[in-house]
Amino acid sequence: MPSDAPATGSPGSTGSTGSTGDSGTTAATDVIHDIGYRHYDGPRLGRGYARRSLFTQSLRAAYGLGRSAKSKVPPALLFGIMCLVALILVAVAIGTGMDELPLEYTDYAIYLQPVIFLFIAAQAPVSVSRDLRFRTVPLYFSRPVERLDYVSAKYAAMASALFVLTATPLLILYVGALLAKLDFTDQTKGFAQGLVSAALLSLLFAGIGLAIAALTPRRGFGVAAVIAAFTVPFGAVSALQGIAWEQDNLGAIGWFALFSPIGLIDNVQSTFLGATPATASPEPVDPSTAAGTAALLVALALAAGCFLFLLRRYRKAGL
Amino acid sequence: MTVIATENLSKRFPRVTALDGLTLDIGPGVTGLVGANGAGKSTLIKILLGLSPASEGSASVLGLDVAAGSDTAATIRERVGYMPEHDCLPPDVSATEFVVHMARMSGLPATAARERTADTLRHVGLYEERYRPIGGYSTGMKQRVKLAQALVHDPQLVFLDEPTNGLDPVGRDDMLGLIRRVHADFGISVLVTSHLLGELERTCDHVVVIDGGRLLRSSSTSDFTQSTATLAVEVTDTGAHPDGTATLRKALAGAGLEITADGRLLYVQAEGDDTYDVVRDAVAGLGLGLVRMEQRRHRIAEIFRDDDTLPASNQAGTQASTPTTASTSATTPATDPAGSPHAL
Repeated sequence: MPSDAPATGSPGSTGSTGSTGDSGTTAATDVIHDIGYRHYDGPRLGRGYARRSLFTQSLRAAYGLGRSAKSKVPPALLFGIMCLVALILVAVAIGTGMDELPLEYTDYAIYLQPVIFLFIAAQAPVSVSRDLRFRTVPLYFSRPVERLDYVSAKYAAMASALFVLTATPLLILYVGALLAKLDFTDQTKGFAQGLVSAALLSLLFAGIGLAIAALTPRRGFGVAAVIAAFTVPFGAVSALQGIAWEQDNLGAIGWFALFSPIGLIDNVQSTFLGATPATASPEPVDPSTAAGTAALLVALALAAGCFLFLLRRYRKAGL
Repeated sequence: MTVIATENLSKRFPRVTALDGLTLDIGPGVTGLVGANGAGKSTLIKILLGLSPASEGSASVLGLDVAAGSDTAATIRERVGYMPEHDCLPPDVSATEFVVHMARMSGLPATAARERTADTLRHVGLYEERYRPIGGYSTGMKQRVKLAQALVHDPQLVFLDEPTNGLDPVGRDDMLGLIRRVHADFGISVLVTSHLLGELERTCDHVVVIDGGRLLRSSSTSDFTQSTATLAVEVTDTGAHPDGTATLRKALAGAGLEITADGRLLYVQAEGDDTYDVVRDAVAGLGLGLVRMEQRRHRIAEIFRDDDTLPASNQAGTQASTPTTASTSATTPATDPAGSPHAL
C-alpha cells in the first residue's frame, strides 16, 4: 500500500476519500458520494446504560426475541403451556361455578415444575454458554462493562425471564378468579403469596441454572446438566421422604426437602406463605418452622453462592 | 502527544515472566508491536486495557493511568477499541445485530449505535452480507467484523491483536490497507501486533520490537528500512537456458546494472524506474519465465541479526522462532504493478 496520507494526526479529515476500498468514489461522474469517516461526538452513556442494555438484550433473548425463528420455538412453547394450563383452570372454575380455584396460587409452580425445569435448562445455556463458547466475553470486558455488570445483568435477566414464566399464569388465575367473582380478599392474598414464592423460585433457579451452564461452553452438556441438577435431587428427596413416611418419621420429611431446589421453595411457602406442602407422602406433612426457616436461608445462600461463583467464573474468561 | 506510555512495566506469572521492565513511549499514528509468540504482546494489551494488573511499574493510555481505579479504567475502555486475536463472533447473528449490540455495550444510545454500525461496516468493506448470519462468512469477512466492533464507538485508539492471522495474501493486504486507513482517514491511532515483521514495515509509522517481555528496539519504520530500492528477481530455467538465473545475471550485468545473487534470487540495484523496464526486457528477450520481481528494502528482521548480542538473556523458547518469521516475510508482494508474479 502506498503511504498516500502521511501520518496526519488531524482527526477531522472528513473530506478525504481513501484511495482504496470504497468502490464508486473513483468514477468521477458517479452520484455515489463517499461522505468519509464521521466522528461520533454524541453521548457515551457508560456502565449503567451498558448493564441495562445487556439486561434487556438477555431477557429478550431468553424468549427468543431478536434471535432466529428457530430459537423462539422452545421458550414460546413452554410459556404457552404455562399459560394454557392456567386458562383451562380458570375456564373450569368459571364454567362450573366453583367457589374457589381448583388449586392454590402457590401450588401452580409445584405442579408445573417440569415445564420450569425445561425452560431454565434450555435458556440458561443460551444466556451464558454462547458468550463463553464463541469467546465473545473479552469483547464485553474490553468495554466499560465490568464483570459485576455482566454477571448481574445476566443473572437479573434470567431471574426476570423465570419470573415472567411463573407469574404470568398466576396473573391469569387471579384475573379469572375475579371474573368468576370469587372472594376478592382471599384471592388477592393468595395471589400475593404466589408472587412472592415465584420471585424466590426465579432467583434460586436462575442462579443454579446459570452457574451450571457457565461451567461448560458446550450447550448440549449445559442443558443436560441443568436438567439433572433439578430432577436428580428431586427424585432422591422424594424417595427419602417416602421412606421417612413409611418409618413414621414425619419430622425428617421437611428437613429432607432442603436437598432439592423445588423442595426448598415448597418448604418456604408451606411455612411462610400458607401453602399446602407438596411432599412425596400420601398426605401433606407440614415442615417444622425450623425446617422452613432453614430452607429460606439455604435458598438465599445458594442464590448468593451461585452469583459469587459466576463472578469467579468470568475472572478466568476475561481475556 | 503520548498515546501509550509504560514505565518499567513488568508482569510475572507464577512460572513465566511475560513482561520484564518494559519502558515505552508511543505517539499517535500506526504503531506495530512485533514479537514472536509468547513475547508478551497480548499481556501488554491486557494491562493497557486495565484487565490485568501489572506486577511492577506503571502504564498510561491516552494520558490516563491504567491502575487508577475502576472509573478511570472504564473511561479508558470507552475511548479505546480492541480486536482480539482469536475468534469472538457468535455464528447465529448477523454482523449488523452483533455490532449494534457491541456499540451499546460501549455506551452508545440505540439510534447512534445503529447509525455508527452502518457507517463502520461500510468503512471496513461489508455491504449486503452484513444482514446474513456471521456463521456463513469467510475468514476475511469475519476479520472485518472484528475490526468493525473495535471501531464502532469511534475510539481514539485501537488495539489490533494479530489482525492478519489466518488471511491469504490478498486478504492480508486488504487488512493492512484498512489498518492504514484507520489512522490516515479516520484519525484513530493504532497499536497493531504481529509476529510477521515484514507486514508492519509497510503499514506502520513506528515499530516496537519486544522479545521475552523486553524492549528490543523502538523506532520509526523509516529508520528501520532506509529505502535502497533493491529489486529481487527470480526466473525459471528453459531448454535454451538451463541455468536461467546465471544467464539473466550475465545479461543484466551487460546492461550495466549492479547485481548480487542469493541462490535463485538476483538482487538488482534499481537506479530508477527504467531499471524495471531493463529487467523486463532482458527476461522477455531471453524467453525466461519471470517468477517474481519485487521491491526489496532492508527488513525489520535484520535488526535481530544486528542485535544478536543484546537479547542473549531472553526467556527460553522465544528467540528460536525469529529467523523463521524473518524468512516468511519475504513473500511481501511488490508495489510495482509489473512486479506481480507472472510467468511468460
